[in-house]
Amino acid sequence: MNLNFWIIQAFNGISYGALLFLVGSGLSLIFGVMRIVNLSHGSYFMLGGYVALTVIWTTGSWLLAIPVAAVTIALLGLAMERIFLRQLGFDPLRQVLLTVGFAFLFQQAALDLWTGNNFDINPPAVLSQSIPVGGIFLPLYRVFMIAIAAAIGLVLWLVMEKTRIGAQVRATVDDAQMARGVGIDTSRISMGIFALGAFLAALGGVIGGAFLGIYPGLDFEMLPIAFAVVIIGGMGSLGGAAIGALLVGLADNFGKALFPEISYFTLYAPMALILAVKPTGLFGRE
Amino acid sequence: MRSHTWKILMVVAALAAVLIIVPNTGSFIILLVTRALAFSILVMSLDILLGYTGLASLGQAAYLGVGAYATAILATKYHIGLGWDFWLVMLIGTLLGAALAAIFGLLAIRASGVYFLMITLALGQCVWGLAYRWNSLTGGDNGINVRERPKFGGIDLANEQTFFFLVFAVFCAALLLMYTLVRSPFGRSLAGIRERELRMQILGYNTWLHKYIAFIIAGAFGGLSGVLWAHTAGIVSPVNVELPTSVDALLMAVLGGSGTLVGGVIGTFIVFGLREFLSTLVPWWQYVLGIVYVATILYLPTGLMGIPERLRQRQAKSNGRDTAKKLASATS
Repeated sequence: MNLNFWIIQAFNGISYGALLFLVGSGLSLIFGVMRIVNLSHGSYFMLGGYVALTVIWTTGSWLLAIPVAAVTIALLGLAMERIFLRQLGFDPLRQVLLTVGFAFLFQQAALDLWTGNNFDINPPAVLSQSIPVGGIFLPLYRVFMIAIAAAIGLVLWLVMEKTRIGAQVRATVDDAQMARGVGIDTSRISMGIFALGAFLAALGGVIGGAFLGIYPGLDFEMLPIAFAVVIIGGMGSLGGAAIGALLVGLADNFGKALFPEISYFTLYAPMALILAVKPTGLFGRE
Repeated sequence: MRSHTWKILMVVAALAAVLIIVPNTGSFIILLVTRALAFSILVMSLDILLGYTGLASLGQAAYLGVGAYATAILATKYHIGLGWDFWLVMLIGTLLGAALAAIFGLLAIRASGVYFLMITLALGQCVWGLAYRWNSLTGGDNGINVRERPKFGGIDLANEQTFFFLVFAVFCAALLLMYTLVRSPFGRSLAGIRERELRMQILGYNTWLHKYIAFIIAGAFGGLSGVLWAHTAGIVSPVNVELPTSVDALLMAVLGGSGTLVGGVIGTFIVFGLREFLSTLVPWWQYVLGIVYVATILYLPTGLMGIPERLRQRQAKSNGRDTAKKLASATS
């Protein structure tokens, strides 16, 4: 267990965290704005990967697969929010159950459309190589993942903090009723955020599909991890999601490398503890 | 309270029908009913939280898991629980469920609403993580095969019928106990907390303690159902404690109608029935299940048990309209 081990594990953890940020930030925003625990978020991740596979099989273009998958799933999320979630009003339990009902439907649909096989999304050869950095070979693809997540994080942050729409979203997170009172169309904000969340999750699915693979059951595997990110970071906060993603990514990697037998326990026990002590998460908006 | 007596009679009649009909059917049905009965104890335990206390738990499978894993490990590694000591294992499983709930409850009961959902999800995942990864104890992904069922006196539970009778008896006892609980003054205070916690606090109730005790009791019954489940299914694996299993239990309770105990049992039977029958008939059975869930949540928030009440309300409304019309025509 020399220095290289620590560097490589840390690098892997950070790049996994980058992926988790894509999934977690959307979930966090959805919760913040709508107070919905969206249990179909893992399904968006998985479906994003599957749609990308179809695009790659038909056109052969990995670059095209990314936007097509993300936009398709965003539209799916949009439809779900408008047609079904909207009419439930504010009733957390029913909303949660409804999203899980959809998760089951998506699961079956994925099984029918894409069979039960395990697929890999192969990125272009350019990204598949490794680059030497100070004597260690780092897979370029993971560097790419970190770059994408950082870029998206930056854009989201700029939109949230510097634009009028961002201010409206923040107002809705802090107090939806008050936001409605001052004339913010919270219904439209909810719709937009839900679609954005689905978009980001699907994007994660395409990018993560290269090293996680795409297979049935990925949805419910990803979902609790995404929740861990959101809870540790704090619900409804973008910066929190970034820190949460980083912490979970590192904890997951080091946990699996150092004490594999209790590695998931070391992930979820802190999550439960944080929830018990500070329900809004480490960096949640009060 | 005559309608109440009727309801009890109907439940007793249904149970008697199950007891008489099921043992005379094929082994497929017997096994199916046995599985559903074992699992419905978990669903009822969840209903104590969901329907009577107003706490929606997303990690109830953890308690089934603790009971089931304890049973499987004791049976395969130490040969405990395969004779008369099966009753001891049943007690151990129940107590372990209660003990786990006592620990988890300390963390979870502070939270409410969506946060309670999330924290129970996290706690459930802790148990899943251990079951999935702690290979030396739990067999990891493959789980543990429970090859032998208990045998004591002249009774051999390997016989499907005999085992059905055992599970049926335990189920009835659990139903009776939980029914007594929710009808007791304690159960009434739980319902009060569900309706308006603040008011109960002002009235001097220690609502935290009430919820905590309800949580432990639910955990105990979860553990009990796990003991039965281990021997019913013959295998205990991380699938039993993963998130979709907890979610299933929650949906079954809501499908039948939460806050009714019996509703959860009906929901369990419908879902198990759909799964076993439809999956042999059509490949798209899961769509049916998904649509049933979605439709229930959208159109039947009170579940199947709520249908008679809704019909009565509709009847009352149209009656009221008729009377109003008559009055209107009489005065004109």
